[in-house]
Amino acid sequence: MEFNTNFILGCSAIGAGLAVIAGIGPGVGQGIAAGHAAAAVGRNPGAKSDVTSTMLLGQAVAETTGLYGLLIAMLLLFVKPLVP
Amino acid sequence: MGQGILLSAAADIDFMIHGVFSYELFGQTVWITTTHVCVLIVMLVIIGFCIAANRAVKHASEVPGTFQNIVELVVEMLDNMVGGVMGKFAVNFRNYIGTIFIFILLSNISGLFGLRPPTADYGVTFALGIMTFTTIHFNKFKHQKVKGVIKGLCDPWPIWAPINVIGDIAVPISLSLRLFANVLSGVVMTALVYGLLAKIAYAWPAALHVYFDLFSGAIQTYVFCMLTMTYITDACTTE
Repeated sequence: MEFNTNFILGCSAIGAGLAVIAGIGPGVGQGIAAGHAAAAVGRNPGAKSDVTSTMLLGQAVAETTGLYGLLIAMLLLFVKPLVP
Repeated sequence: MGQGILLSAAADIDFMIHGVFSYELFGQTVWITTTHVCVLIVMLVIIGFCIAANRAVKHASEVPGTFQNIVELVVEMLDNMVGGVMGKFAVNFRNYIGTIFIFILLSNISGLFGLRPPTADYGVTFALGIMTFTTIHFNKFKHQKVKGVIKGLCDPWPIWAPINVIGDIAVPISLSLRLFANVLSGVVMTALVYGLLAKIAYAWPAALHVYFDLFSGAIQTYVFCMLTMTYITDACTTE
């Protein structure tokens, strides 16, 4: 069996699309963090700045797994490691 | 490097790193790339600000002027940030954390001024990650001594040591990849908008720049410095 370059490029594009599905997890996680932060500010409005900075830090760390998916997609689309 | 798939609609928009010129060093071809040029520009801006700040502080007046006020505000803000997280260890690390904070912040913001942000190159962020890694382990050996390091390595049981080693090695990689991927995603998305929607891309891409360059860049700078400080404080703490 022999595949030409266009076939491999098309499959790489599909793979890149599948890889960015990884964005679902961080989206849910960040939403939960933001929701709890909103509840915390509602309960204790004086601690708004502390709650906000902690929330942003946690969200940025939770984002990492989604960014790994993005990196895989970028590699597949622009570096094209599978094309001989 | 061949033509990118997505950017084939607009061949003149390009966000890749390009070589400017190359030279031979010990038989290796070394390229000076656009990243080096952008880092140089950012560093020149920082050095210019530093010289101006030095002059302003030397001729400091009792009632501060505008520029002196700005310098004092920046220094005070960085000092408070480091002091709030690191507590009694803050004295030794104010300079280091302040330096990387200003460098990463200006690098991320430089996308606003038409440069390709230097932090969108893995070479730059990985170097920052390695610096953090070295600082962590130097302080670990300095404060916990060899006995404490070995004890920390065999935390629950000695059989856990390989997993702890992997966890230590993952720190600089995840730190640098987080910064790199965030900035790169902003670069790619603005390049796609300018390339594919070139006919209608007037004025409104400014909103993208505000989000990706200013907001995301500032958040990622804060996160990088915050995590660096947390890890270093962790390494300095002895039980």
